[in-house]
Amino acid sequence: MAPRNWWAESLEQPGAPGLRALTVSREDWSHAAEQLAAGGARLMAIWATRTEPAPPAVRAVFLIDSGALLLSLPLADPAAPCPGLEADFPCASRMQRAMADLSGVRSTDPDARAWLRHNAWPPDFHPLIHPAARVADHEAGGDVYPFVRVEGEGVHEIPVGPVHAGIIEPGHFRFSVVGEKVLRLEERLGYVHKGIEQRFTELNVLDAHRLAARVSGDSAVAFSWAYCQALEGIAGVALPPRAAWLRALCLELERVANHLGDLGALGNDAGFAFGLAQFSRLKELLLRTGDEAFGERYLMNAIVPGGTRTDLERADALQLRSTVQAIAAEVARLRTVYDEHEGVRDRFTGAGAVPAELANKLGLTGLAGRASGQAFDLRCDLPCAPYTEVEVAKVGRNTGDVAARVAVRFDEVQESARLIERLIADLPAGSHCESVSPPPAEMLGIGLIEGWRGPVLVALETGPAGSITRCHPHDPSWQNWPVLEHAIIGNIVPDFPLINKSFNLSYSGHDL
Amino acid sequence: MLKTLRQIARVGIVTEPPPPADESLRLRAALQTRILAMLGRALCIREVDAGSCNGCELEIHALNNPLYNLEGLGVRFVASPRHADLLLVTGPVSKHMEVALRRTYEATPDPKLVVAVGDCGCTGGIFGESYASRGRVSNVIPVDVAVPGCPPRPIQILSGILTALERSTRSTGRAAP
Repeated sequence: MAPRNWWAESLEQPGAPGLRALTVSREDWSHAAEQLAAGGARLMAIWATRTEPAPPAVRAVFLIDSGALLLSLPLADPAAPCPGLEADFPCASRMQRAMADLSGVRSTDPDARAWLRHNAWPPDFHPLIHPAARVADHEAGGDVYPFVRVEGEGVHEIPVGPVHAGIIEPGHFRFSVVGEKVLRLEERLGYVHKGIEQRFTELNVLDAHRLAARVSGDSAVAFSWAYCQALEGIAGVALPPRAAWLRALCLELERVANHLGDLGALGNDAGFAFGLAQFSRLKELLLRTGDEAFGERYLMNAIVPGGTRTDLERADALQLRSTVQAIAAEVARLRTVYDEHEGVRDRFTGAGAVPAELANKLGLTGLAGRASGQAFDLRCDLPCAPYTEVEVAKVGRNTGDVAARVAVRFDEVQESARLIERLIADLPAGSHCESVSPPPAEMLGIGLIEGWRGPVLVALETGPAGSITRCHPHDPSWQNWPVLEHAIIGNIVPDFPLINKSFNLSYSGHDL
Repeated sequence: MLKTLRQIARVGIVTEPPPPADESLRLRAALQTRILAMLGRALCIREVDAGSCNGCELEIHALNNPLYNLEGLGVRFVASPRHADLLLVTGPVSKHMEVALRRTYEATPDPKLVVAVGDCGCTGGIFGESYASRGRVSNVIPVDVAVPGCPPRPIQILSGILTALERSTRSTGRAAP
């Protein structure tokens, strides 16, 4: 099959800048995936749309050098499996399994185990085919998941979760170990599946950004901005410059807050409680200043269709700027403490390493990807306003160990502090919010935003009278959870909390 | 080491006084006297995320930062329900977490307290009840105190914990420094 230029054949698609779309046949679906993979594309998301009366389709978004490409495969017979993409993009596997659970569209790939369905509803009920349908309480129990068994002399299993020992989200980890050494980790997720995609179809299109903000609470700005970007794209709304700048300010504050939390927790997991005390104090300081400026500590309601909920007062902006500067200076000081602490350095260096080649093959993305030589950042590579103007310096490392993921966080805190400084100093005058009317029916918009964890996608399809027929939020944790299984191989069990924290992946954003 | 000590000295003690208990958050009061007789003021908490978006967990984490200094009040988070006096539960309770939540509740020794945290824990929140969600925490296990908010501020969560812990007539008194 001669290579085709899929990009040249595609057409512009509403939503994020640099996004184009192409409808392909069954054969071309596989060919395109193969050729895109060979060309270095990254698979961002796969999902299915089966809301009647719209024709059923499977969709996938790929990130390529020229931009983001949406491929749609119409399904003549939704009961027939669609060609799987796992061979070219290993991260496709779990997304396709979720698609089978929720939309009833199976793939031809070999792993057909249920992923997001744990027997709480019958296997023949697919909540995204008839979203309004209700299912009677299924007699749960008998929820048996066939983990892959590792056999051999001295091998034993350690099951962990779903309720974890710390204050973290629920999930199950099955370790196969010899002594302390981990031979294999298999994750089982889906415990916090709460029907987010179905819930979207019950909300008004002008109100559902609130649900998007709660897909993963630590990425509220990223998801609500991606949702609004998709909506504004199909509603034909031009975002006022001030609104775009304020959104970026919120996004960078969210990034800094999460990085501060992680840097403290990582110190703590390495036995250095001083780090947790210091960084959690700085995070609290940042949240309180943000609270003064935006009226909430976590920006769950800051991003609204057409702009931002509140404007930023000059005095609050100046306070925010000086607080962020002070925090950045303290973080720089604390970095030398971490760097010079032998115990911390010993735990961080070499732990949970994901070499660049493996990261590339498995599609490791976002912050963790940048620590493993995957130099991709939507803010630089596919920028929307104001990142077209306020340029982001991409940071990265190549070693892919805990130390690298810590270093990327330290660098990104400083870079975000610089961006916040600029965003406040040159904040354009004008309106912070534009009014938005409900968009036409049968439109598809896609938003792409680089959250603190990595690139976030929201695909929005509209129905009549401000209804939503389908909304698919995608968190970068889908790509990175399977890589964690590789990162832990050959490490010791007690290092797992540290390695896991260094990725800090979302359960809620993944389980939906 | 010198840098570490210098930083500790520079920052000093930043802990703030705790909020008063808030009786309006209390849903039931049956166990109070018995528990207090047994516990005095020391309390062990097991946190259970039964389906939240993780927003509430971030604010629960904040309770351990030096400004709220929960451990300074004699309250600490433990790793097992068998060591716990109080379950701090966020929701909505996903159907996939229902069994785990019930088992955690059963594994917690009597007498025990339950504090539901966040709008979702209190009412089901924006997620509500569905094919995948059981909604509010009290749909699954008995709840003593419910703290609304999306997410509630740490001070509100702390107030809820202290409400569960305190006799209604007793004020919270961390000795002033």
